[in-house]
Amino acid sequence: MSDLITADLIDLDLHGADRHEATARLAGLLAAAGRVTDADGFLADVRAREEQMPTGIEGGIGIPHARSAHVTAPSLAFGRAPEGIDFGSEDGPADLVFLIAAPEGGGSEHMTILAKLARKLIHQDFKTALREAPEAEAAAALIQQSLT
Amino acid sequence: MKLVAVTSCPTGIAHTYMAAEALEQAAIAAGHEIQVETQGAAGAEALNPTDIAEADAVIFAADVDVRDKDRFAGKPLVSGPVKRGINNADAMVAEAVALAEAAPAAKPEAGSVAPMTAAAPKLGPGAKLRLWLMTGVSYMLPFVAAGGILIALAFLIGGAEINQVVYGGEFEGVTYEAIANPTDILAQAGFAGVLMYLGATAFSMLVPILAGYIAFGMADRMGIAPGVVGGLVAVAIGAGFLGGLVAGLLAGAVVMALKLIKPGQALQGIMRIVVIPLVGVFVVGFIMLVVVGQPIAAAQSWLTDWLAGLSGANAILLGLLLGAMMGFDLGGPVNKVAYLFGVGALASGDLTIMAAVMAAGMVPPLGLALASVVRPKLFTPGERQAGKAAWLLGASFITEGAIPFAAADPLRVIPSTMIGGAVAGAVSMAFEATLRAPHGGIWVIGLIGNWGGFLVALLAGTAATCLAVIALKTVARSETAAEADEHVLAI
Repeated sequence: MSDLITADLIDLDLHGADRHEATARLAGLLAAAGRVTDADGFLADVRAREEQMPTGIEGGIGIPHARSAHVTAPSLAFGRAPEGIDFGSEDGPADLVFLIAAPEGGGSEHMTILAKLARKLIHQDFKTALREAPEAEAAAALIQQSLT
Repeated sequence: MKLVAVTSCPTGIAHTYMAAEALEQAAIAAGHEIQVETQGAAGAEALNPTDIAEADAVIFAADVDVRDKDRFAGKPLVSGPVKRGINNADAMVAEAVALAEAAPAAKPEAGSVAPMTAAAPKLGPGAKLRLWLMTGVSYMLPFVAAGGILIALAFLIGGAEINQVVYGGEFEGVTYEAIANPTDILAQAGFAGVLMYLGATAFSMLVPILAGYIAFGMADRMGIAPGVVGGLVAVAIGAGFLGGLVAGLLAGAVVMALKLIKPGQALQGIMRIVVIPLVGVFVVGFIMLVVVGQPIAAAQSWLTDWLAGLSGANAILLGLLLGAMMGFDLGGPVNKVAYLFGVGALASGDLTIMAAVMAAGMVPPLGLALASVVRPKLFTPGERQAGKAAWLLGASFITEGAIPFAAADPLRVIPSTMIGGAVAGAVSMAFEATLRAPHGGIWVIGLIGNWGGFLVALLAGTAATCLAVIALKTVARSETAAEADEHVLAI
């Protein structure tokens, strides 16, 4: 199984006028890495989920996500947004954005890893470490370590 | 204090687990024990019944219906959307503890402490109905796939007469005795006979399972018994899958109504163990047998007479009508009348009607399978899986392969299968294709006269079904259906 995240799926200087634009940028990283076959199709799926209920979580986190037929391998793209991007959370914009891409028929093994990641996002020390990671490689290593 | 919790969310890959983690952290920080069941995409590991029994309070952080809510009946309950579990886990834990302390410990069955309703999913009636139907369909699917493929294999290995060899009847002038004792099948009808028997046995459960789990979707596990029995009666009276839908919805409604009765505490145990199953099974079975069964039998004999009166009328029109009937209830009473009309014509030497009937019966699964490939977005993942098996089932003249689609969305799928069946029936008659066997699908192509015309009829009917269902699902796709689909995806 390939790694959930690598350095080229990380943008430590994420910008975007709104959450859709920011999400599209992260989706572009997934597409460039060949983990998403059709970025537009995938974004449509993410948007459908986002419109059900915004995915912003208190504490500056946005987790746009979808299970989509356009995803080839369970993947995570991570963006750090210094100016913050509104993900619909009541306490304000998110500065840590995790775009979770799960394949449609993903086996439970994959889903278990994503579940582990989701649990990790609750922990303050994990979020702090991500906010302080000096470069993409460090952030990728941090996330990857937390899943083992 | 001991707590249990259930978390769930629409997609089941993120919020479910975040809420679980947050609740665990909050409970431990406050000095309590907690077990969390995550009903997400990684599969739910059910809570240990002992933990539930010992729990002082229950927390639901859920945006979709919590499965098997019955398990927590009578416990103090705090329920809220999944985001509350993430953002305000401390508050939820504190509320649960307060409720547990307020609840009289001596009365663990006091169901009035908190209403047993999960928060959030504000589904309209249309979306709810679809959700119930999809629940039934999702449990029925394995039976369709297993039974259909076993029967198709039986035809493939044992030849088209294998059905008559096992169950008796006439095939191409040879009369077979039914094999009375199933344990003799291997010796008398060979391996193919065993496949036929097992496939037919799996198929006999389609309607009972559909009905039972529609009722389960509506009224939790108390719904299963009345639903399954109602479904068995639907099979016995030849009401087909539409009868199964009626039985399932009826059973769910009856059990939901019975659950509203709140007897004194002494009677509560009796209510669940005896009264609801007894009354539910009786009421549903009685209505299916007496109220639903009689009109169906009457309608069938009326249709049979009507068709007999049409003999000698325009052949293409007859093919059109028979085809539409084949596609209407996919193995149900109307389909049976058309099929038996074909078999009757076969016995009296008219071979064209049988060909039209078989073409029309093959088209519904084929057309829907095609549509699920052409426009996968219009179908749920379960339906797309059903589509894969439907190719083989359609090719084998197992019309039931279309039932998973039709049961989940009858108003849009049934018109499509009727149109496709009508086209196939009419075209087959127009080419004067003939068939000497009462079934067998594409595998008896050697017994088909003017097989080119027959294939054209198949293709035309398949295309017509596919186009019609795509058009109907695209144009008439309501918000509620989309909403329900989202929830089904989460299950």
